[in-house]
Amino acid sequence: MGRYVARRLLQMIPVFIGTTLLIFLMVYALPGDPVRGLFGDKGASPAVLRSLRHEYGLDKPVLVQYYDYMKGMILHLDFGTQVASGRPVTDILGEAFPVTLRLAGMAFAFEAVLGIALGVVSGLRAGKAVDTVILVVTLLLISIPIFVLGYIFQTVFAFKLNLLDPSVSDATDYSQLLMPAIVLASVSLAYVARLTRTSVAENMRADYMRTAVAKGLPRRRVVGVHLMRNSLIPVVTFLGTDLGALMGGAIVTEGIFNIHGVGGTIYQAIIRREGTTLVGLVTILVLVYLFCSLIVDLLYAVLDPRIRYA
Amino acid sequence: MTTIEETTPVPSPRDAGADGGPLLDVRDLHVEFHTREGVIKAVNGVNYSVAAGETLAVLGESGSGKSVTAQAIMGILDMPPGKIPQGEIRFRGQDMLTMSAEERRKIRGSRIAMIFQDALSSLNPVLTVGYQLGEMFRVHQGMSKKDAKAKAIELMDRVKIPAAAARVNDYPHQFSGGMRQRIMIAMALALEPELIIADEPTTALDVTVQAQVMDLLAELQREFHMGLILITHDLGVVADVADKIAVMYAGRIVEQAPVHELYKRPAHPYTRGLLDSIPRLDQKGQELYAIKGLPPNLLHVPTGCAFNPRCPKAQDICTTEVPRLFPVTEQDGTGLPGRTSACHFWKETIHG
Amino acid sequence: MPELTTSADQATKAAAGAAAGARLPEPKPEKTRSLWGDAWQDLRTNWVFVLSAVLILLLLVMAAWPGLFTGADPNDKDLANHYLQHPNYGHVFKADWLGYDAQGRSVYARAIYGTRASLLVGAGTTAVVVLFGGLVGMLAGYFGGWIDAVLSRVTDMFMGIPFLLGAMVALNSFTERSIPVVIGALAFLGWTQTARVMRGSVITVKSTDYVQAAKALGAGTRRILFRHVLPNAVAPVIVVATISLGIYIGAEATLSFLGLGLNGVSWGNDISDGGNSIRVAQFIMLYPSIMLSITVLAFIMLGEAVRNALDPKTR
Repeated sequence: MGRYVARRLLQMIPVFIGTTLLIFLMVYALPGDPVRGLFGDKGASPAVLRSLRHEYGLDKPVLVQYYDYMKGMILHLDFGTQVASGRPVTDILGEAFPVTLRLAGMAFAFEAVLGIALGVVSGLRAGKAVDTVILVVTLLLISIPIFVLGYIFQTVFAFKLNLLDPSVSDATDYSQLLMPAIVLASVSLAYVARLTRTSVAENMRADYMRTAVAKGLPRRRVVGVHLMRNSLIPVVTFLGTDLGALMGGAIVTEGIFNIHGVGGTIYQAIIRREGTTLVGLVTILVLVYLFCSLIVDLLYAVLDPRIRYA
Repeated sequence: MTTIEETTPVPSPRDAGADGGPLLDVRDLHVEFHTREGVIKAVNGVNYSVAAGETLAVLGESGSGKSVTAQAIMGILDMPPGKIPQGEIRFRGQDMLTMSAEERRKIRGSRIAMIFQDALSSLNPVLTVGYQLGEMFRVHQGMSKKDAKAKAIELMDRVKIPAAAARVNDYPHQFSGGMRQRIMIAMALALEPELIIADEPTTALDVTVQAQVMDLLAELQREFHMGLILITHDLGVVADVADKIAVMYAGRIVEQAPVHELYKRPAHPYTRGLLDSIPRLDQKGQELYAIKGLPPNLLHVPTGCAFNPRCPKAQDICTTEVPRLFPVTEQDGTGLPGRTSACHFWKETIHG
Repeated sequence: MPELTTSADQATKAAAGAAAGARLPEPKPEKTRSLWGDAWQDLRTNWVFVLSAVLILLLLVMAAWPGLFTGADPNDKDLANHYLQHPNYGHVFKADWLGYDAQGRSVYARAIYGTRASLLVGAGTTAVVVLFGGLVGMLAGYFGGWIDAVLSRVTDMFMGIPFLLGAMVALNSFTERSIPVVIGALAFLGWTQTARVMRGSVITVKSTDYVQAAKALGAGTRRILFRHVLPNAVAPVIVVATISLGIYIGAEATLSFLGLGLNGVSWGNDISDGGNSIRVAQFIMLYPSIMLSITVLAFIMLGEAVRNALDPKTR
């Protein structure tokens, strides 16, 4: 197992370099100029632009910029400076991440608990009315784009019913984060529910279930232990990867509900062509993704004894 | 999570039989499955019984209803598509079909146990062998985890799994096929049941391993004085172990006989056909015999005797009248105990 | 000991009619049953499949010939007369049926004309993703070894970038965001999913007996790949592709919502614009949302129906 982990960590290095390089190239090699963007429509003298570019190191060749950036990041944990505000990117990230963590955490809890619950109910009663209802609802959740859902929630719960706040003014207040978290969780909730349902329905027909009943075990145990231990394996692994995805995927939700988290910061960085902030953010997200991916694979081996990594 | 259960309040000492009445008595059992395509009559009036210490072998091809009967006895059929419109399953005199679900559950595993064909898929892959064995004690007898584990090791020793104490925390896939089947046997025996139903226990195993497993089963049966119902399609396995044989076809019993009698003098064309299909050394170079045709579609069972389309001796009466189980006698009329045959022409079949 | 068991298939084949005398039941000659043949039989009677197929056909017609559904011009701005005009539900299929948006354009007309953009983006992206991703996955899965190592690392690289984010960065560089550009941006990161699925599927198929047999018979690599491996490995990819089509349509709309989508008529743009007037005129956002949701739903339903039909475990 230790060898496997070591091998995975080694594999992560080229992927890390590759991904960061890719995003770096996408940001810097594609047309667009953050410095000019600073001045908007006002324009500025070429000399000013040149000196600013030099200050930010933007006049060097792309690969050199990449190397410098990476060196700064790995050696000094310096993610660069945001052009628009002049602040270090690490500060900006430091403000944005806790907000997104809170939001993603709530969403994750919601999707895991409700998703599994719905999936189990649906799987145990496969083919019956409850199952059909849950399948239809989850299908709708997957099909309706998240921003539409966000608007629907906003309109219904905030504007019409006046139950919740339409946008988030204080990002430490969990009750304000509730609606955005539900919206963010909705698609994943649907996937979790469906995955659980399929897994449960399949495992219900397994031979070992028949054996469990033949042993005279009470239904509670047959379902609660024998069925669940097998059915939840793919679900748990999915949830693991989803956690990583939630961190970086909240762009739309944060936009609708005015949350100043990672998603919002990403959006600003893209619009303003802020290469440094963007690459810094993506680097963190990549690390989160790689880390979650490794944890999930290890978790899979823990949960399913048939999987043992050489 | 443990539950403390009492055994079903049926007051019968283990070695009954003397108080008249077999351990298990299946009477006129009918089992149907209601599917979209129609009603499948899987079991059509099956009667057999097993006494303590006795081995009944139930022989038949797939679709004959042998497994369904066994599952009905255990009470593990899916009852929405499945239905038992008629019949009794008497365990020590009490009809289990009239019991509550909870009462039946208490009997299951502790007094009647079942062994399945494919041990790899029949054992839970993510739970240790020790856990699955120990479960029997924890659920039915309220034992603690530690005690249950100790009993599990004991069981594994009993079925001759080497290094039991070390292997009790292993998972099913880490054992060989033969070992796994022993574990299944151990699980079935855990609470020393009075009756064991073994559904094709050796079909998935190599021939040499088959012999070992059957020997083990026979030894344990003797030790515990259990009744054993052995379901199989393999005539070779049966000869050594069984006391009596019931041959099933299309949901019915077509012949019953003590084991040696059946092999010596079958009284039903189907049984005769099965025996003739066994390749023999002295037939070397000759064409192998096989029963012509295929087992019937259970949605459309042939009229009259279900075997008539394939029977070399079929006459008109065979397509119109369903033969009942006739008692088989010697040519001069002396009764042959335990022998019945569902063939209009049983006399010709057995005697000439 | 001869096997006395026969498969359930054969059992159902046996003729039911028991003839007089000892006539043998002749098994009816059977049509060859392939996975696809069986799947098609299932699908024909599956109402989910039929419904989604009909919907998609309708949408295709709408995309190809929008003029059939509305005479109005989706780009016709008439601020003076029609600014935020509420729907007139009585005038079914007319220009004012679903009202006008903040620029005086017919919501209904835009909803109809938006179909073409969405379908083109969805279909185009899926085509690219299947071809490219499928190829990569197939090569990685079949050849294994260092080819697999390299291709898998490359796939991991692209997968590390969040999908939406990557598309946004790519699209932000272009002011002229035409359909091919959007397709490119979506496919740029989307191919990784098909690659993964194809790779897994090929690995499974690679070790089957019929592929081993083909190799033993001396078949060349190209032949094995395209005649044996590919046809059998392609089923999960088709399922994922169909579902992805719906997802890409949704993604394009999301990008439009963020201001980075297509330049022309598109549901995403309309929903985004409609968001600005959400307090006073929900209908502007509502109807494109409905169209969008139904379209995405249709493809996902179709994909699910096909998956269930192809899955041997659910038969």
